[in-house]
Amino acid sequence: MAQVGLNHFLIVSALLFSFGLFAVVTRKNAVMVLMGIELILNASNINFIAFSKFGNFAIDGQVIALFVIVLAAAEAAIALAIVLNIYKVFSNVNVDEIDNLKE
Amino acid sequence: MNIYDIIFYLFAGITIISGFLVVSVKNIVHAAFYLLFTLFGIAGLYVLLGADFIAIVQIMVYVGGILILILFGVMLTNKIVDVEIKSESFQVIPAIIFIGILMGGLVFLMVTTNWENNELIIPLTTTKILGNIILTDYILIFELLGILLLIALIGAATIARKDKV
Repeated sequence: MAQVGLNHFLIVSALLFSFGLFAVVTRKNAVMVLMGIELILNASNINFIAFSKFGNFAIDGQVIALFVIVLAAAEAAIALAIVLNIYKVFSNVNVDEIDNLKE
Repeated sequence: MNIYDIIFYLFAGITIISGFLVVSVKNIVHAAFYLLFTLFGIAGLYVLLGADFIAIVQIMVYVGGILILILFGVMLTNKIVDVEIKSESFQVIPAIIFIGILMGGLVFLMVTTNWENNELIIPLTTTKILGNIILTDYILIFELLGILLLIALIGAATIARKDKV
């Protein structure tokens, strides 16, 4: 409970990264895997902005965080389109049961 | 303990607790709503770090866009016959062991590393500075991201369309 500094933000980010990775490796539903990826991207963004304030990077870290958000939006759109297509073909979206490239 | 610290612990608590609930609850719709609180908490952390514009973008893009997309994905890929939309897990025990080790290692690294720590005085509003820096130093990445978004939208529409022409 010391004075809040760089370490506190980095610890929050490390925990979020671990939770996201946990969702990616254990969940069966593809949409849950996507949520895990969003958590991981947010954890990286916290690191970028924390180092932008406390490291010696001026405001560049915030610009990179903005670009990461844009990439996350593009990734979510494409991934959900693919998930919808998988559901149309296989009638479920469990990543452990889908092991064919076509029906 | 001043007001800044109290607000930090509040937002960090919201973020971490709801982030844990996202990966632990069984119901996917509940997980999506816990993700909402996580994203709000992260936006609060951005404000504490002096990134006001990024915080607003976070709320607009993640909460207003990506979360809605994910909810649509949940609704469209489950049979609505049963109200409870469950998601099973597998390989939980090895994942807990491995990720526990990883989490411990990461936190240990973050705490023990001697980071360079000179706090930057970030101006009260960063929007103008960000706009200037994006359109000068980062102009190439900015243009490429515009093209990438266009490609992603066309690609998503093409992949998800019903009848193949």
